[in-house]
Amino acid sequence: MEELIGLLAWGKDGWGDELATGAWLTIRLALATLPFGLFLGFLLALARRSDEPELVAAANVFVTVFRGLPELLTILIIYIGLDLLINEVVQLFSGERWELSKFVSGMVALGIVNASFSSEVIMGALKAIPAGQVEAARAMGLSRFYTWLFIVLPQLIRHALPGLGNLWLLLLKETALISVIALDDLMRQTNIVVGATKEPFFFYAVTCFIYLFFALASSVVLGGAERWANRGQER
Amino acid sequence: MSTVDITAVERPEVSSGRPWTTGRVVGIGVLALYALIAFFLIRMIVVNYDTEFVGRYLPRMLGGLWITIQLCTSAIVMGAVIAFPLALARTHTSRIIRGAAYGYVYFFRGTPLIAQAFLVYYGAGQFRPVLQDWGLWWFFRDAYNCALFTFTLNTAAYQAEILRGAIANVHKGQWEGAHALGLSKLITYVRVILPQAFITALRPYGNEIIFMIKGSAVASIITVFDLMGETKLAYSRSYDFQVYLWAAIMYLAMVEVLRRCWDKLEVRLTRHLKRSEE
Repeated sequence: MEELIGLLAWGKDGWGDELATGAWLTIRLALATLPFGLFLGFLLALARRSDEPELVAAANVFVTVFRGLPELLTILIIYIGLDLLINEVVQLFSGERWELSKFVSGMVALGIVNASFSSEVIMGALKAIPAGQVEAARAMGLSRFYTWLFIVLPQLIRHALPGLGNLWLLLLKETALISVIALDDLMRQTNIVVGATKEPFFFYAVTCFIYLFFALASSVVLGGAERWANRGQER
Repeated sequence: MSTVDITAVERPEVSSGRPWTTGRVVGIGVLALYALIAFFLIRMIVVNYDTEFVGRYLPRMLGGLWITIQLCTSAIVMGAVIAFPLALARTHTSRIIRGAAYGYVYFFRGTPLIAQAFLVYYGAGQFRPVLQDWGLWWFFRDAYNCALFTFTLNTAAYQAEILRGAIANVHKGQWEGAHALGLSKLITYVRVILPQAFITALRPYGNEIIFMIKGSAVASIITVFDLMGETKLAYSRSYDFQVYLWAAIMYLAMVEVLRRCWDKLEVRLTRHLKRSEE
């Protein structure tokens, strides 16, 4: 057992620093994906609530496709397909090959999956805000922008936070799939370490606990955020 | 005397169809983009159509599809068997049992499925002598069994949470009513509580099955030749992107068919809760 713990040491003798670099990349990837996914999800939610049937159809097709595909397949399709597409376009203008960064394609793939799911949550949250809130704000002479900023947004955040929190936890776990396109995240670093040490059970267990720790830390932050968002609600 | 110039009279504008709002323009633009992408993809498939290629890889991929269906069905059914006692353990009066069940659920819901699959598949290889002693090695030697084992434990954790929530959702008066009628605890569960809980659980259960189908693609990473595994193999041999499109269509069809059927099932099972139309 002590031997195994020794393997987690920092520096040349242990593998702790390798795991830490992987974990750091996982966190960076998840944090970079989140704003992209939320923004796209918000646009999708607005489009799906719009009065224009064409816009609704366009958003629905997007959501249906990316909610139904396995994340693993989405990642591979984006990584290979986007690369093909970009190079097809680039070739029209210049003969050079253009390398798509793995980090960016991972971010795009996870982001569009996250956006498809978060559009659902945001739509639900928008529906939960009574129409009277907006009407009253407009009647009081608030501009459309201020109505949005001070009346709709705070309530939207309150209603959407639990759902979006779950999606964040899902996103953290999905980042592990990025290891299939050889991006050195926590999962792939663990595979490398296992290959070198021949201690699969121990290191995969350690990695599981690192993911659990991320989930736990996120729950604490999300719990705080929910309390903050609900601060005006007396029960 | 002046005459009214008939042509100068302003008439209300005749609206010709719907106005071109930004939303409509964007919507049509995006739809046109989809059409363009679909055109190129279909062209790619048609131009590269090769009877030999299709004949070689399509049957294999359909075989993979069948493996995926088998894997998911077995995992869901066996997971359900574990989920039920687990859901009861989550609300048990003993703190130890409750804690153990909570730990199990938290572990499987908090870690990536791919990490769990690696833990079981490669971890089992490490404990080979022990497993051989116990006579379990034949099971864990096969990647398919390891995937099935992992998926069963994983979905059991999710299903237990769905069940627990649904049981807790049944109104307390139902328990009291059954008790007042002199029904035993078992009968109350089977005849009163569970039927109501299942209706609440129906929608999340459908989502869980869809998540299982999508998640099962992970099995390909531990060398199971499910739909995803066959697809990756075909791509690594042919470097033809269209195999990924076939796989995407198959997965989408599976998920959509299930979703439609589930919606029908839900309407059917909850028809007694709908108020009749006037």
